[in-house]
Amino acid sequence: MPLGATLAEAWRALRAQPLRTFFLLLATAVGVTFLVAVVSLVEGMDRYVRDVFGREIYGINTVIVRRRPSIDVDNDEVRRRAYARRPRLREDDAAYVQAKLETPAVVATMFDDAAEVRGPRGRRAGNVWASGVSASYFRVQQMELAQGRFFSEAEAARGEALAVLGRDVAEALFPDGGALGARVHLDGVPYRVVGVLAPRGSLFGLSLDRAIYVPARSPFGRLRRPQGTVDAILVQAAGPEWLSAVRWEVESWMRLRHRLRPNEPNDFELETADEALAFWGRIANVLRLALPALVAISLLVGGVVILNLMLVTVVERTQEIGLRKALGATPRAIVQQFLAEAMLVGLLGGLVGVGLGLGLAALVRAVSPLPAAVAPWSLALGVALSSAVGLASGVLPARRAAALAPVEALRYE
Amino acid sequence: MTTPLIELVEVRKDYRLGAAVVPALRGVTLRIDRNEYVAIMGPSGSGKSTLMNILGCLDTPSSGRYRLNGQDVAGLDDAALARIRNREIGFVFQSFHLLPRATARENVELPLVYAGVPRAERRRRAEEALAAVDLADRLHHRPNELSGGQRQRVAIARALVTRPSLLLADEPTGNLDSHTSAEILALFDRLHADGQTVILVTHEPDVAAHAHRILTLRDGRIESDRRCR
Repeated sequence: MPLGATLAEAWRALRAQPLRTFFLLLATAVGVTFLVAVVSLVEGMDRYVRDVFGREIYGINTVIVRRRPSIDVDNDEVRRRAYARRPRLREDDAAYVQAKLETPAVVATMFDDAAEVRGPRGRRAGNVWASGVSASYFRVQQMELAQGRFFSEAEAARGEALAVLGRDVAEALFPDGGALGARVHLDGVPYRVVGVLAPRGSLFGLSLDRAIYVPARSPFGRLRRPQGTVDAILVQAAGPEWLSAVRWEVESWMRLRHRLRPNEPNDFELETADEALAFWGRIANVLRLALPALVAISLLVGGVVILNLMLVTVVERTQEIGLRKALGATPRAIVQQFLAEAMLVGLLGGLVGVGLGLGLAALVRAVSPLPAAVAPWSLALGVALSSAVGLASGVLPARRAAALAPVEALRYE
Repeated sequence: MTTPLIELVEVRKDYRLGAAVVPALRGVTLRIDRNEYVAIMGPSGSGKSTLMNILGCLDTPSSGRYRLNGQDVAGLDDAALARIRNREIGFVFQSFHLLPRATARENVELPLVYAGVPRAERRRRAEEALAAVDLADRLHHRPNELSGGQRQRVAIARALVTRPSLLLADEPTGNLDSHTSAEILALFDRLHADGQTVILVTHEPDVAAHAHRILTLRDGRIESDRRCR
């Protein structure tokens, strides 16, 4: 029997019973919808995290020294206590590393705390991330200004009360503009605004623009970190080719600084964007494998639904099958007809699912901070899986139909 | 004469009902030549349906020999039987058995689809077959838009479209009123006059009277074989 005629027959059968067809399509469409939507979300998240971790948090070609890891998954008590016994990082550690480094690199320091910033006319911005930083921090983090300037090394060294505002803070305190040169109060101490940052966006729903940057040795720093401790020392290599040398040097100098014997482990953490990304990569890979596996289960259920509906169909069409056999349909032609119908159902269900999945991904992107990037392979996989499920589900009903004896089938009422 | 169209030798058919074996045909020997017009009669339970199923290759004998158009049919598998049915036999049923979702032309095309005839030729031949039963103006009507007589004529067109060597009709007028029955029987007469071999299963003597030969079955055996006219 020609393929075209087989498909036309299958299409006619689907059109004849719209409600049945609806459920047949639904059977796989649901699974494919979630496959496409979920993969889109994982891919979107992946792209987003790489972007944000790579640029915004870690900075390019940068080694970060911390007292404890910024991502700690097995959060057990023993480890926490071990971290607490480690020496705190200090500004003079950074100065020491800077002095010793032979590889071309820039060293910066930072600490941050939540604080309230007050502006003129009683305007205030609460819950702002206030960072005490070295002047080099802006460069290492590749920050960009919307207006004004950063504070200089000399100004930072003198501990002058100068501030660079994040975009959100500037807008909250100076809704009509005029932030530059104005006075804001941080911990009750007046600061002069010298710069406003270009918007940086948000990270996991937290705005990176709700921030204020002041010299580490300014009054805010002397108040919050009287001992001159810092949260992180950032060392940016002059280029990617220097990164591993910088990492090795920083580790060596820090060990020397902390007087560690060769058999003692580091009492600090070294992090790079790549390492953080490797960690995320592991999560993403688990998601990429686990979520489609869950989807596969739902497709399996869909397959069972198709199987059942098709078995019912074989019974319903017993007489028709008998007639077709009488007119010369071979068992093979009957098998082909039912397989074509089941596969068409799977194919169409897959296409419907792809459409709905794209819609769902777009919806999630629109109403939540989660990004979504459509992965073309997930569309192809969805349609292919769905067609395969349809085809597989059609095998048993098709065989049952082909095995009907024409005499019995014709007589069936 | 040349080889007969149909040659049955000692054909038996037994049905198994649990442990019991029920004989439906107890040894039928029969020869039908080309262009005969045969009516098979007999009370219900006489085995006439079984005989018709075997003649139509819808069922196979338990024992005995059946040669159709020179070919031994008894030992063939399902696929081979399907091809024989497609090529050699045109069926007409009491309840028409048309596909309700398909138009008259599509119904008539169906055997050609299974014969692997290309689409354009399928259409042309289906239209010719419908024209031959005076339904040229009903090509695109669905069965529920046609009268009983028209439906049966569509079924006859479908049976003839493959130019089979045998037209096999099972109570073709059973669901029709007497006027329409007469029309259908006149059509069979015309087909026979044009050279078609026709076998008709019926229990109505006035239907059987159209045939030139009447076989009467009783208890799985041929009771009488009369030629008339």
